[in-house]
Amino acid sequence: MKKYTYYPGCSLEVSNKPYDASTKELFKALKLELEEVPDWNCCGATMYMNFDEHKAVYLAARNLAIAEKTGHDMAVPCSACFTVLQKAKKFMKAEEGLQDKINGMLKEEGLTYDGKVKIRNILEIIFNDVGTDIKTLVKRNLKDIKVACYYGCQLVRPKGTFDDTENPEKLDKLMSWCGASPVFFDAKTKCCGGMLMSTKEDVALKLVRDILYAAKESGADCMVTACPLCQINLEGYQTEIIKKFKEKLDIPILYFTQLAGYALGLDAKQLGINENFTDAKKTLAKAGGN
Amino acid sequence: MLNTKKQKELSKIISKEFEQLPEGEKLKECIQCGTCSGSCPVSFAMDYTPRQIIAMLRADMIEEVLKSDTVWICASCYLCGARCPAGINFTDFMYHLKRFGIKYGIGPKNKKAIKMAQDFGTVVSEHGRNFEAELIVRYNLRTNPFNFFKLIPLSIKMLLTNRMPFFPSKVKGAKYIRKVLKAKDAPRPAEKAEVAS
Repeated sequence: MKKYTYYPGCSLEVSNKPYDASTKELFKALKLELEEVPDWNCCGATMYMNFDEHKAVYLAARNLAIAEKTGHDMAVPCSACFTVLQKAKKFMKAEEGLQDKINGMLKEEGLTYDGKVKIRNILEIIFNDVGTDIKTLVKRNLKDIKVACYYGCQLVRPKGTFDDTENPEKLDKLMSWCGASPVFFDAKTKCCGGMLMSTKEDVALKLVRDILYAAKESGADCMVTACPLCQINLEGYQTEIIKKFKEKLDIPILYFTQLAGYALGLDAKQLGINENFTDAKKTLAKAGGN
Repeated sequence: MLNTKKQKELSKIISKEFEQLPEGEKLKECIQCGTCSGSCPVSFAMDYTPRQIIAMLRADMIEEVLKSDTVWICASCYLCGARCPAGINFTDFMYHLKRFGIKYGIGPKNKKAIKMAQDFGTVVSEHGRNFEAELIVRYNLRTNPFNFFKLIPLSIKMLLTNRMPFFPSKVKGAKYIRKVLKAKDAPRPAEKAEVAS
């Protein structure tokens, strides 16, 4: 059984619990083992970089140093963590002396980072390490479920380490291997506003409105996401957006791990689908047994 | 308003700092084509677009840059960098402008995003992880306590689905993290080397 060191990130133990639950269940079903990074901390997110660059790198590096000790690849479900961890790695490689400086900060705790750990997003892991084999595990028929695959920004940018920066296709492919029917969705990498929802609400509401509108236009029955912040913005503010823009923009939003897990015959409750803010019952009822 | 001399001084400092960023030299290669501004999903809400910011930096208009809303509206989606024909990842420069503004106490009138970043920092250095409930309370108390009423519908949903715990989780290494984050930062390795030489 292949083993990964799992870095859930802060939001998966609070507001994005269903993502955590469905990721664990899906990996179990795929016979991939996840072991949490011992005593992990916040990666610094997009926030810490705002006021202190090197301390932000330290926050990310502490996790990398601990994960490195396990000898396994890191499995990261959150796009922001994924970008931040990669960025820290890149900065320590690019700036002379920075890795030593960071190691100096880690020293008191008895940690060292030497740059060996591989940082991988869970979508990429499933795509590359399981691949089309997932088809053999499918238990429910999702052919009638039209799905808009939403990647968001930070999963594929800045550099697009595992998929195209503007027209990524891996999530669409994975969904079709699971038997669902991905639709053409031109807002797949449009920004949801991220933290602007708290600091510049009007702007973020408009961005989310545009994404929901594109999803409705595409004829999708539901949207799947691969990022906790996108998920919250798309599902948590849907009622408010419908009221504000007076448009019919209601669409169930699922984590991609939930829909994939559902295809594999896992129970909706196990996958935390009943804890989502949007109701996916009608959509999932379209699934047939095999 | 800062005088021209002071502006020139600050401009010099920041352009030196830019050079030290990974791939920081590239900023000089901007050809002012505007691809960044046209791609930016939030440029419609900015007072100056990313292209204008680069032009202003070149004209030593550092104070106007730091006082603009632009820097703090950037949502960090990296699309400008993905499309830039000169290969400039402008998002990283936006981060640096934010840090620079905080360091020199020059920022936009609307300080909400700065306060959010600071409160996030406080919560993380306290617990080692982000504890959302505390962050929401701290931030709204500082910006607009009336906003709590607006948060009620979503908070109820969160509580009903058990997605808003009341207690932060424990990080054993939190005391080390706190110590590092609260310490006065040492200079950049490159700066240190410069002083030594």
